[in-house]
Amino acid sequence: MNLLIKGGRVIDPSQKLDDTLDVLVDNGVIKEIGTGLKAPAGAETIDATGKYVVPGLIDMHVHLRDPGLEYKEDIVSGTRAAAAGGFTSVVCMPNTKPVIDNKAIAGYIITKARNEGAANVFPVGSITYGLDGERMSEMGELKEAGCVAVSDDGKPVKNAELMRRALEYARGMGILVITHAEELSLVGAGVMNEGFTSTEIGLKGIPRIAEDIATARDVMLAEYTCSPIHVAHVSTAGSVRVIREAKARGVRVTCETAPHYFTLTDDAVRGYDTNAKMNPPLREAADVAAIKAGLADGTIDAIATDHAPHHRDEKDVEFDAAMNGIIGLETSLPLSLRLVSDGVLTIDQLIEKMSCNPSNILGLQRGTLVAGSIADITVIDPQAAWTVDPDRLVSKSKNSPFLGWNVTGAASATILAGNVVYTRA
Amino acid sequence: MAEFKHKDIIALRDLNKEEIELLLSTAESMREINSRDIKKVPTLRGKTIINLFYEASTRTRTSFEIAGKRLSADTVNITPSSSSATKGETLADTALNLLAMKPDIIVMRHAVSGSHYFLSSKMPGCSIINAGDGTHEHPSQGLLDMLTMKDRFGRLDGLKVAIVGDITHSRVARSNIQGLTKMGSQVFLAGPPTMMPPGAERLGNVTVCASMKEAIQDADVVMMLRIQQERQGKTLMPNAREYSRYFGLNPENLKLAKPDAMVMHPGPINRGVEMSSYVVDGGQSHILKQVENGVAVRMAMLYHVCGGELE
Repeated sequence: MNLLIKGGRVIDPSQKLDDTLDVLVDNGVIKEIGTGLKAPAGAETIDATGKYVVPGLIDMHVHLRDPGLEYKEDIVSGTRAAAAGGFTSVVCMPNTKPVIDNKAIAGYIITKARNEGAANVFPVGSITYGLDGERMSEMGELKEAGCVAVSDDGKPVKNAELMRRALEYARGMGILVITHAEELSLVGAGVMNEGFTSTEIGLKGIPRIAEDIATARDVMLAEYTCSPIHVAHVSTAGSVRVIREAKARGVRVTCETAPHYFTLTDDAVRGYDTNAKMNPPLREAADVAAIKAGLADGTIDAIATDHAPHHRDEKDVEFDAAMNGIIGLETSLPLSLRLVSDGVLTIDQLIEKMSCNPSNILGLQRGTLVAGSIADITVIDPQAAWTVDPDRLVSKSKNSPFLGWNVTGAASATILAGNVVYTRA
Repeated sequence: MAEFKHKDIIALRDLNKEEIELLLSTAESMREINSRDIKKVPTLRGKTIINLFYEASTRTRTSFEIAGKRLSADTVNITPSSSSATKGETLADTALNLLAMKPDIIVMRHAVSGSHYFLSSKMPGCSIINAGDGTHEHPSQGLLDMLTMKDRFGRLDGLKVAIVGDITHSRVARSNIQGLTKMGSQVFLAGPPTMMPPGAERLGNVTVCASMKEAIQDADVVMMLRIQQERQGKTLMPNAREYSRYFGLNPENLKLAKPDAMVMHPGPINRGVEMSSYVVDGGQSHILKQVENGVAVRMAMLYHVCGGELE
């Protein structure tokens, strides 16, 4: 099966490419990039005139809820949502039921995704058994089973000694630790960012320092143990500063932020909208500015969605009772493209953060269109104007603060190992 | 006369000055009913009011119930121990079930801030009155406090009002700040920094004071807040003894306020903690007057959300 993508603006930061070119795919692999390429007999052709052709986008932080919580999302619906959002790969977090803390669960996810999914799924194993925060998981076997990192995402590893040992042990096994940086004693019963908005609307606040302190602790543990670390969902100016300074010292730290942290402030919580409730919470304008600055200067390596589907019943409740998290796979691309139109990032930098860097951080062997590589490709229509309509979202869950937003930019085609898995109608 | 156009009364933040004035002046008229031998008018005859109290309350629930009955409405009380909440029914389902019985007004107290907006979204056509939501607002308390101040001074404009205590967790403080700012009063807040929320000075015409003395100096009104152990957690102060030394109102520090200053408290009082009994029971205390005005204010609220007209 051959595929020719003609006349698109091919943007591949992995080979510093940005030009109007054709891409020829042969048998699931990139065969050639050049001008005036001819379609071999029987090849499918995509006219990409006016579109961007980029290495398949990678979301390095999603919750697929499978196994165990399939009423929110499953591997099939989640990877279809990914494809519709332009993602060819997703990295799923281990807080499933049961937890991804053993070979069997990791294997189940990989096999189901391979057989029924519309995107690559790379599981993350847990740092501790059952996310209990006490006993280290079998990281060696998890890596062999196909896990690309370990994390207790959803909660921090409270015990600093255990975190230290996990970083050391994981380094020995050649697997990356992703930290969910949160000092729980400072969070208490908080449900939104602590600031003027929480004061006015009377919701219990979560201070930024709860994230800053935990980021600082884990970055220092990584520095002390000479281990790499990746900081998930950075939302505060303080975390950005800590990571920037650590990078300057040569600490092997990488990090990600999510589109909502550079798009919204805690003003979105006014009206007690439970779709604006997530953890970490939406912060204030100064944090949004710091996140953008961190993206621009390279402190923040990746944009990931923290796609967190929840059933309607879990959000259609009073604010304190609502679950944390929002879906993100289908809105990430247009929201992130705003960084380009706003002059925060160049399009090359954006593609780096949405494809090349996540691949490099996790060793996914993706994020490139170099000849010979797997043909995961996203064709982006940067002009597509559309409205975020819950009835048209592919994800099983509709918990998004962006419902009703008019946005620009969409995946026009998503190609997984040479197969077109999504085409925009 | 100004019109009251709101279906619900959830927060004084949502009302403008004219609407607050209207509620206060209606409450003044209602007071006359409360002084009659036969304290009942037919104004809300045929209306059904449900008092839905998810949090304990004596004063507020009784006051709303009496207010409804004096206006001839049928009032029903639901408390969590006698409701489906103990069986795990969600607030949304409770709302839908109550709505099916076609009440005209729901008066709710709930521990979650903003839950009345949620309830209102589930109950089109039914008025929602907030009898206290978490640490957000307590509009009937704010209104009755303002009415009590207005009784004493004949005005609210230009009054210096000190509010002392746990501002972070106080829905009473938030409603008073919103209302008093709109009515032209100046609010001075004091409390330990552990009980002062970020940005409190931006809530309205508010000055955050470094000490209690600074706040009550030359005040027209000294409003003391209840120390709420149930909402606070354990880390905000050493103990009640130390709190009362630095943030308690006693006959000595009350002298800093204007000689004719009035003392208020939303109740229930922790005697000897935020206020000494000498002040609670002293000549400057208007605490029981606040309770008395509560009935009139709540009659006015019930009346206006029903869109009625005074005869």
